[in-house]
Amino acid sequence: MKILKLFLIIFFIFSFNHLNANNEEMKIKITKNLRCLVCQGQSVYDSDSEFANSLKVLVDKKLEKGFSETQIYDYFKDKYGEWILYDPELNKNTYLLWLLPILIFLIGGAIIFKSFIFKK
Amino acid sequence: MKNKLLLLFIISIFTIIFIIFYKGLKNTNVYTPDIKINKEVPSFTSELFYSNEVVKSKEIFDLDKFYLLNIWSSWCAPCRQEHSLLMDLMETKKIKIIGVNYKDTKKNAESFLSELGNPFYQIIFDKEGVTAIEWGAYGVPESFLIYDRKILKKYIGPLDEQSIKEIKFLIK
Repeated sequence: MKILKLFLIIFFIFSFNHLNANNEEMKIKITKNLRCLVCQGQSVYDSDSEFANSLKVLVDKKLEKGFSETQIYDYFKDKYGEWILYDPELNKNTYLLWLLPILIFLIGGAIIFKSFIFKK
Repeated sequence: MKNKLLLLFIISIFTIIFIIFYKGLKNTNVYTPDIKINKEVPSFTSELFYSNEVVKSKEIFDLDKFYLLNIWSSWCAPCRQEHSLLMDLMETKKIKIIGVNYKDTKKNAESFLSELGNPFYQIIFDKEGVTAIEWGAYGVPESFLIYDRKILKKYIGPLDEQSIKEIKFLIK
C-alpha cells in the first residue's frame, strides 16, 4: 500500500511537471512569433525591453487561464494589429506575399516545360 | 525583333522594381499600431493605486463625462514634461483624468505626484505593464480620450499644447 502511495505521489509530481513544461514550451513558441514593437526586428522572446517583458507576463497569464495558441494570437492581433505576428495570415493585404512564390514557381515550371519538353 | 522585345521587357521590369524600391526608401519602417477609433474600452480588472481595491474597467468609465486615460511613470522623462499640461486640463473640470501608473514603484510615483501635483481622478496601479497592453499601448506616455466607453482619440507620446487645445475643443 505504501509503495502504491509513493508511486501515486511520484506520478502526480511528474504529470504536474509535464504540464508546466508544456506551458513553458508553448510560451516560448508564442513569444518567438510575436514582434516586439519597441525594438523592431526582434521577437518578444529575444527582447528584454519593458514592453516585451510585459508581453511575456501576459502570455503566461493567458496560458494559465487556459487560452489556446490561436486565441492568444487573436488577442494580440486585436490590440496591436496583424503586424505583431511574424506569421502573417492570408488576407487582402498579404495575398500577394503568399501567392507570388506559387505564381513564380508555376511560371518557372511553364518556361522549363516549354523549352525542354516541347523542343524535343 | 525578339531580342528587342526581350530588352524592352527587361528594362520595364527593372524600372518597375526601381520605382517600388525608390518609393519604399521614403516610407518609414517604424510601425505604429492602427488607431482604432470608436472602439469599446477594453474590459479588464486592475488594482487601484491608493486603495489597492480591485476594480473592473467598465466601472471606471461609467459616468456621462469625458475621460482622459494617461499612461505615465515616474521614471519617464516625457511624462514629467507633459504633467503641467495635465494639471491645466484637470482645472477645466470638464474631463476626468485616469492615470495608469506603468511599471513603477509606489514610493517613486508618490513623490512624483507630490512634487508636480496630482491631476488624476483615479490611478490604476500597473506594476507588470499588463493593463497598458490591454489598451494596445507599447510605451509611456500614451493618452486616450474616452466618451461613453468609447475611445475617441489616441495620443502616442507626450501631450503638447496642440493636442491639449484639440482635447479642449472636443470636450466643449
